[in-house]
Amino acid sequence: MPQPSWFNRLSIFAGLAFLYLPIVVLVVYSFNASRLVTVWGGFSTEWYAAAINNQSIVEGAKISFLVAATSATFATALGSLAAIVAVRIRRFRGHHIFNGMLVAPMVMPEVVMGVSMLLMFVTLGIDRGPVTITLAHATFTMCFAAVVMQSRLAELDPSLEEAARDLGCPPFLAFVKVAVPNMLPAFVSAWLLSFTLSLDDLVLSSFTTGPGASTLPMKIYSQIKFGVTPEVNAISTIILGVVVFGLVASRIVSRPSAKSTVAV
Amino acid sequence: MQSKPNLGRRALVLVPYVWLAIFFLTPFLLVLAISLSSVRVGMPPYEPLYAWQGSLLSIRLNLENFIFVLGENTYLFAYLTSLKVAAISTALMLAIAYPLAYGIANCSPHSRSFLVFLVIVPFWSSMLIRVYAWMSILRNDGLLNSLLLHVGVISEPLRIMNTETAIYIGIVYTYLPFMVLPIYANLSAGDRTLIEAARDLGCSRMAAFWRVTFPLSLRGVAAGCALVFIPVIGEFVVPDLLGGADTQMIGRTIWIEFFNNRDWPVASAVTVLLLVILVIPIVLFQTRLSRTPT
Repeated sequence: MPQPSWFNRLSIFAGLAFLYLPIVVLVVYSFNASRLVTVWGGFSTEWYAAAINNQSIVEGAKISFLVAATSATFATALGSLAAIVAVRIRRFRGHHIFNGMLVAPMVMPEVVMGVSMLLMFVTLGIDRGPVTITLAHATFTMCFAAVVMQSRLAELDPSLEEAARDLGCPPFLAFVKVAVPNMLPAFVSAWLLSFTLSLDDLVLSSFTTGPGASTLPMKIYSQIKFGVTPEVNAISTIILGVVVFGLVASRIVSRPSAKSTVAV
Repeated sequence: MQSKPNLGRRALVLVPYVWLAIFFLTPFLLVLAISLSSVRVGMPPYEPLYAWQGSLLSIRLNLENFIFVLGENTYLFAYLTSLKVAAISTALMLAIAYPLAYGIANCSPHSRSFLVFLVIVPFWSSMLIRVYAWMSILRNDGLLNSLLLHVGVISEPLRIMNTETAIYIGIVYTYLPFMVLPIYANLSAGDRTLIEAARDLGCSRMAAFWRVTFPLSLRGVAAGCALVFIPVIGEFVVPDLLGGADTQMIGRTIWIEFFNNRDWPVASAVTVLLLVILVIPIVLFQTRLSRTPT
C-alpha cells in the first residue's frame, strides 16, 4: 500500500484550497448584509429574496432548465448510440470522420462552434430562440455523453452477452437484456453531465439565441459585466447548491449499482 | 463482434453520424464559404458565392477577407497573444496539477475516489460563476487587496484585475480539473511494482520518480495539455471578464466582430484562420488518443 508523503499531502491540500477558496468566498459573501464586497455587514438573506423576486432572473432560469433538460435527453440518446457505434461496431465506412466529429466538439473553442451554428441558422432562415439553443447544446454535449457511455461499454464483460447468445438469445436482444441494464448508471451520469454543461453554457447560447430568449448564464453575464453585486452571489450559491446536490446524489445512486454489477 | 453489416447496424451508425454531420460539420463548411464571400446590407449579411446567369454558373471566391485579416496587426496580435496565454497557462496548470494528481494517486483507494470527487465538483459547477468568484477577489477594492493592505504587505492596492495576470489566474483556475484528471488516471493505472523494483535496486525515491514514474506518465500529461491548450486558445469568458483592453485574445475578437461589427465575412475569415491554427494540436491529440489502449 503506497503511503502519501508530506509533499503529497501538501500538494493535495494546496491544490484543493486553490480550487475551493474562491467558491467559499463567493458563498460567504452571498450572506453579507452589506452591498460592498469587502465589508462584512452581518448575516442576511436579503440577496436571496432579491434574487428569487427578480422576474428577469426567474425567467432566464426557466428557459435554462427547459433547454438543459431537453438537450440532455437528446444528448444522452445520441451519445449512447454514438458510443455503441464507436465501441461495438468500430470500423465502417467513414469511421475516421465519425470519431473526429465525436472528439472535436470537446476541445473546440465554444466561440468557434457558436459562430458556425449561428451562421447555419441564419443561412437556413431558422428563427433563433430556445429551440436553436437546444439543438446546439445537444450537439455539443452528446460528445461528453458518448465518452461516459463509451467507458462504461468498454468495461462491460463481453462473456455475459456471449452467454446470452449461446443460450439462444438473438444479438440485439442480448444487448438490450444484458448490456443496457448494466449501463443504467452511465445513462444517469451522461444525462446529468449533459444537463450541467448545458445549464452552464454562456457562449454557445449567446450565439444561437434570438431576441427575447436569454438563458440564466446570459442574464448573469450581463449583470456582472457591470460589476459585482451580492445578488449575483446569491444566484451563484443557489446554482452551486443544485450542482453539488446533483453530484452527491448521482454518487450515491451509482454506488450500489457498481456493487450489483460485480455480483452479476 | 464480427458479423456482416446489416440494416439495423447501418441505421445505428447513421443516426449519430447524420446528426453530427448536420450540426457540427456543415456549420464549419458554411463558415469557410462565408469567409470567401463579401459583406452586403441585408439578411443574411453576405453575398452568395455562386450565381446563375442563364446556363452559366459563376462562382466567386473572394480572398480579400483573408488578405485583410492577415495584414491587420490587431488580428495577428490577438492570435499570438492567444497562443502565448494558452502556452503559459498550460505550463502553469501542469506545475499545479501534476503534484496534485501524484499526491492523490499515492493515497489509499478509498480516499482517492473521494479526492477525485473533490477535484470534479468545481469542474461541474458553472465556469461563469467560478470566474465571477475571482472578480470580487481580484478587484482593486477586492478581498485580496484589502487583506494585503490590512496585513501591511502593501501600501497601495495591487492592480491585478483587468491585467494579463488576472487572465492567467482565471484560466488556470477554471481549466485545472481538465489537467488533473488525465494525469491522475494515468498515474493511478501505473504499475507500482516498477517503482518498487527501482527502489530495491538502490534507486533513491527522487531518482525512481524521475526515471520511472514520470516518463511513464507522459501520455497522461500530453492528454491533459491537449485538453486545456486547445480550448484556451479560443477562450472568451475569462479574458472578457478578468482581462483588460491591452490583452486581446482571439475568442473575444471573434465575439466582438460578430456582435458589434457585423462584418460576418471578415469574422468568418478570422474563425477559419483560428481553426487552421487549432488543426495541428487537434490532429496530434487525436492520433495520440487513438493510440492509447482502452
